Amino acid sequence: MSVNVAHRVDLQVVADFIAPRAKVLDVGSGDGLLLELLQNDKQVDGRGVELSQRGVNECVSRGLSVIQGDADRDLVFYPDKGFDFVILSQTLQATRNPKLVLDELLRIGERAIVSFPNFGHWRVRFSLFFFGRMPVTRDLPYSWYDTPNIHFCTIRDFVALCDEVGAKVEKATALDANGQKIGFNMPWWFWNFFGQQAVFLLRR
Amino acid sequence: MAMTTTAAKTAKAAWANEANDPSSPVVRFGLDKPLRLDAGTVLSPFQIAYQTYGELNEARSNAILICHALTGDQHVANRNPVTGKPGWWDVLIGPGKIIDTNRFFVICSNVVGGCLGSTGPASTNPATGKPYGLDLPVITIRDMVRAQVMLVDHFGIDRLFSVVGGSMGGMQVLEWAASYPERVFSALPIATGARHSSQNIAFHEVGRQAVMADPDWHGGKYFETGRRPEKGLAVARMAAHITYLSESALHRKFGRNLQDREALTFGFDADFQIESYLRHQGMSFVDRFDANSYLYMTRAMDYFDLAADHGGRLADAFTGTKTRFCLVSFTSDWLFPTEESRAIVHALNAAGASVSFVEIETDRGHDAFLLDEPELFAAIRGFLQSAARARGLDQP
Repeated sequence: MSVNVAHRVDLQVVADFIAPRAKVLDVGSGDGLLLELLQNDKQVDGRGVELSQRGVNECVSRGLSVIQGDADRDLVFYPDKGFDFVILSQTLQATRNPKLVLDELLRIGERAIVSFPNFGHWRVRFSLFFFGRMPVTRDLPYSWYDTPNIHFCTIRDFVALCDEVGAKVEKATALDANGQKIGFNMPWWFWNFFGQQAVFLLRR
Repeated sequence: MAMTTTAAKTAKAAWANEANDPSSPVVRFGLDKPLRLDAGTVLSPFQIAYQTYGELNEARSNAILICHALTGDQHVANRNPVTGKPGWWDVLIGPGKIIDTNRFFVICSNVVGGCLGSTGPASTNPATGKPYGLDLPVITIRDMVRAQVMLVDHFGIDRLFSVVGGSMGGMQVLEWAASYPERVFSALPIATGARHSSQNIAFHEVGRQAVMADPDWHGGKYFETGRRPEKGLAVARMAAHITYLSESALHRKFGRNLQDREALTFGFDADFQIESYLRHQGMSFVDRFDANSYLYMTRAMDYFDLAADHGGRLADAFTGTKTRFCLVSFTSDWLFPTEESRAIVHALNAAGASVSFVEIETDRGHDAFLLDEPELFAAIRGFLQSAARARGLDQP
């Protein structure tokens, strides 16, 4: 939806969280890369919601069940616990109301998987600290004035939000700049500093 | 029929020969197989005229039913016997095309109430030996679908691989999916709605009033006078035709261009190309369509309200459905705007259905579904291919 697909190193991590043949809703499905991966590798019953009409048409012409819709507005139409997994991949930071969206994900899905770019990463801190400029990185290639990413958070911010909406973190993974998983037993502050992206498996 | 002389036949409109004895194959349902109608009565005996393309496979699992729109007919992919023109969805259906008849068995039938061979107001009423006229009970979308179910039974098909249609055809698709979910593997309603809006009913009423205001309509019994309400029906078609296009497409095509003249004539002749075009649309329509049929078809669409049939909640029309849906709308369609499709999508989401939804950017208005729209074709192709995989239909 808002991040270049070539750098979507989080997709495999998301896929690893998903049980085979599960019923999955991918919110912000872009051009369908993740859905296709899940259908081929995990034989899931997959659906998608995508904001851009171009992405939707691309998905449908590739045989994926995707509708045009807005995470902020359209999740309300889904029934409670209609899916085993609801995925919000690299989209949370582009929603108008991340808390409400997270709430909806936990209502619709038995489990929710959320991946997002970590604004607490040392490069971001470095850029702001030494240059006094909003960071423009490979994963966050936009300038402040044209970015669709309006609600950035750090890993610690997200953990706090999970507490607030009553979500239990079942699993979490942070990826460093090379897309490698950061050691499982590292403390949160370490992840928050060196993790470029984070993927959370949540339930309520 | 035997009572018409050859001379009288030639004075008739081109469609008239098709009403009782069409060039299409016909299934006749006798008194033992009445069609139960929403109006509370039955239609019996009655007949359905249809066309098929391709071969039904051994498992009878590759059948696609195409549902036609308001003034469409069963000649979806063959030369139309009345107009001599290619089938109305010839761009989409045929050997090697998007709906590949080398792979699928395609059925398209004339709806009940139509005038090309299925029982309608122009058909002979067996009780009187004369055309039904307005003695035919009002037909609903559900009635049309009930008749199609009997046709599909006639072919021995338990489950259709897909039901596809645009506009009024899309309403039939939705009705099929809601009333016979276990018989519809996939459904493709295009440029349609789960109900007819007030504005749409309004336009239809204008059309009906135009027909009925023509003295030659004769209370629907024009077959007794040998004259037909051509002017009224042509006006109805002209008004309706505007609703099938968009303002920008009309202006792009015609602008304020004058028709075969250098200057305005200060009269009421067709000065503008758009006037001439609409007059042509109106006049050619009366040659291929029955005025009474037009009344019945428009009424059927007006009465359609799928949510009302399910306690007022559209999602309840699709509870527990296993059917795979793909909806398509067009940005410039103001007859069935995207919001109508979106309402269906939301209902299907609420019902937990498998649904795709594509909105296609075009300025060609409602009629876009009949035209060569690459994105529409890509969506249909992708949707049917993935459905075919799920149904276990292999590539030929």
